[in-house]
Amino acid sequence: MERLSGEKAQSVEAFGWAARDSSGHLSPFVFSRRKTGEEEVRVKVLYCGICHSDLHCLKNEWHSSTYPLVPGHEIVGEVSEIGSKVSKFSIGDKVGVGCIVDSCRTCESCREDQENYCTKAVATYNGVHHDGTINYGGYSDHIVVDERYAVKIPHTLPLASAAPLLCAGISMYSPMKYFGLAGPDKHVGIVGLGGLGHIGVRFAKAFGTKVTVISSTTGKSKDALETLGADGFLVSTDEDQMKAAMGTMDGIIDTVSASHSISPLIGLLKSNGKLVLLGATEKPFDISAFSLILGRKSIAGSGIGGMQETQEMIDFAAEHGIKAEIEIISMDYVNTAIDRLAKGDVRYRFVIDIANTLAATRS
Amino acid sequence: MAKSPETEHPNKVFGWGARDKSGVLSPFHFSRRDNGENDVTVKILFCGVCHTDLHTIKNDWGYTYYPVVPGHEIVGIATKVGKNVTKFKEGDRVGVGVIAGSCQSCESCDQDLENYCPQMSFTYNAIASDGTKNYGGYSENIVVDQRFVLRFPENLPSDSGAPLLCAGITVYSPMKYYGMTEAGKHLGVAGLGGLGHVAVKIGKAFGLKVTVISSSSKKEEEAINHLGADSFLVTTDPQKMKAAIGTMDYIIDTISAVHALYPLLGLLKVNGKLIALGLPEKPLELPMFPLVLGRKMVGGSDVGGLKETQEMLDFCAKHNITADIELIKMDEINSAMERLAKSDVRYRFVIDVANSLSPP
Repeated sequence: MERLSGEKAQSVEAFGWAARDSSGHLSPFVFSRRKTGEEEVRVKVLYCGICHSDLHCLKNEWHSSTYPLVPGHEIVGEVSEIGSKVSKFSIGDKVGVGCIVDSCRTCESCREDQENYCTKAVATYNGVHHDGTINYGGYSDHIVVDERYAVKIPHTLPLASAAPLLCAGISMYSPMKYFGLAGPDKHVGIVGLGGLGHIGVRFAKAFGTKVTVISSTTGKSKDALETLGADGFLVSTDEDQMKAAMGTMDGIIDTVSASHSISPLIGLLKSNGKLVLLGATEKPFDISAFSLILGRKSIAGSGIGGMQETQEMIDFAAEHGIKAEIEIISMDYVNTAIDRLAKGDVRYRFVIDIANTLAATRS
Repeated sequence: MAKSPETEHPNKVFGWGARDKSGVLSPFHFSRRDNGENDVTVKILFCGVCHTDLHTIKNDWGYTYYPVVPGHEIVGIATKVGKNVTKFKEGDRVGVGVIAGSCQSCESCDQDLENYCPQMSFTYNAIASDGTKNYGGYSENIVVDQRFVLRFPENLPSDSGAPLLCAGITVYSPMKYYGMTEAGKHLGVAGLGGLGHVAVKIGKAFGLKVTVISSSSKKEEEAINHLGADSFLVTTDPQKMKAAIGTMDYIIDTISAVHALYPLLGLLKVNGKLIALGLPEKPLELPMFPLVLGRKMVGGSDVGGLKETQEMLDFCAKHNITADIELIKMDEINSAMERLAKSDVRYRFVIDVANSLSPP
């Protein structure tokens, strides 16, 4: 553990775990954070979910990582300090911080509560704050954030299992609402039963939407149907099953980031159906124009959600008792967890118990 | 012995057809059914030449049933109407577009979306419900169920109105469905051919700001001064493309060749929609980052239902929207096809069938 030279020292010491290079290996890291600004809150981190994006960034798969890198954008914590102009929060409030911590605040997207689509949106980690400093994420003891980019966690939501809602949750909630897939007369397919997929099933059921999980193997069928309450489970590699399901879905939310073919998914859509892509796939997809034209189908993307919508999603989750299926880990297990995540070996989100296990790793 | 095209049906008809994937069209004798109770027989006056006709005669999509008589932008006069026909009478000026049949009982048909009926049959190169092949408008006449016949509005000329039956509805339908009718919004029209030039005119009639997107500046002056586009963007000009990033609410992409979607997606605003109408024979590459980072959408659309096609014709009549055409004789069709393949037409060929189609 060391304070790296060249790093701009700020006012408040912070401690977390960082990767120093694209091996992605995490280890203890002492750094500093800014003083709490007028409109900012300081949040003592209690839990932080491990998102697949953390894995992509740690390994520099998107070629935009700056090291040392402290990941973590599914943060749940307690407000420990508030700036003089803060109106939304009080000290002691339980809050969440998700994937963005700033945006331009003046463009059309920002004005329409779609800060996530602002071209100047700043990522919670690996993003650049307007003072030029690099943002460090939630694998740390505390974070400072403008109150606009924090949400209140109702006391009825257990904190650890609420953490994944800040990224996985909003990533599924937003497109289901926006693309008209939330409601009893709709049938949605969810491709991939991981962090995002499993929460998507729970939101869909709470909306009253019929939901079919689409997976490449049968392994998670019992979970999908019994634990999560999905209405159906479709094995994408089973030709007969896929054929029988053609033209049955109003929409499909595809959470898979690995390279895969989307043509069979388009076939599952009803006329006017929508395929919504969430996974960050590097290679472009090949699509036949015919497959969209016949049946007036469309393919869209979606990425997290605006801050107001994130609060709405949290409140909805609290009201309907929606929480993620998690495996709580200690800070020093994080490298093993990342390796297991890379193999899809988690039911369905790792959550780091920061409050109880981070400090012990500081020698 | 299987029946030949000439003997399949009771009434001999003359037209021009292609026999193989050379796509060369030549005189062709075939036959059509008697006018049934629900049918209208149309003596064909004009027929537009659609890019689909070219794709089909060359078997670009791999499912052409030769011999094929293309043509699905047909305007003519009703010469016979069946006893159940209420919408038309003899002497009416009528149109026949892309669709000549559907099941008439499924959810799509019930919603006037015959174009999305799984049993929809095309005006040409399709098998009708009686198992025989449909032959299109490069011919003297056609017999069609009344449901698939359109009333041609009085002030819409037969020749320059004909292309609306495919090109017109193909752009009108998605513009309505995807909400591109809010005055003041910004529409990009990629490709300035048969579909593109009509999209510009309809877009202006909806009160949209319209930018034509093209790979060369050849058509710029025309687009602005003649078609009424507000601006013209050349995709091979990196500076202009950069300046146009994130400025369009929607794009109608009419380009029929394989092309890159990435630069077009960049032109869209957040929540923007690109509707792909061109049908290249190879897949398009769809990059997903632009979609995710701006919640953008790529959608398709397939002509329109019959009710909507009628609505489109009435809309165009009201706004004096017609296609820009080059009238040709039937025996000029092969050189017209060659020119169409090079996009050398302003902007639709229309065959003067009544005055130039004569049996040898």
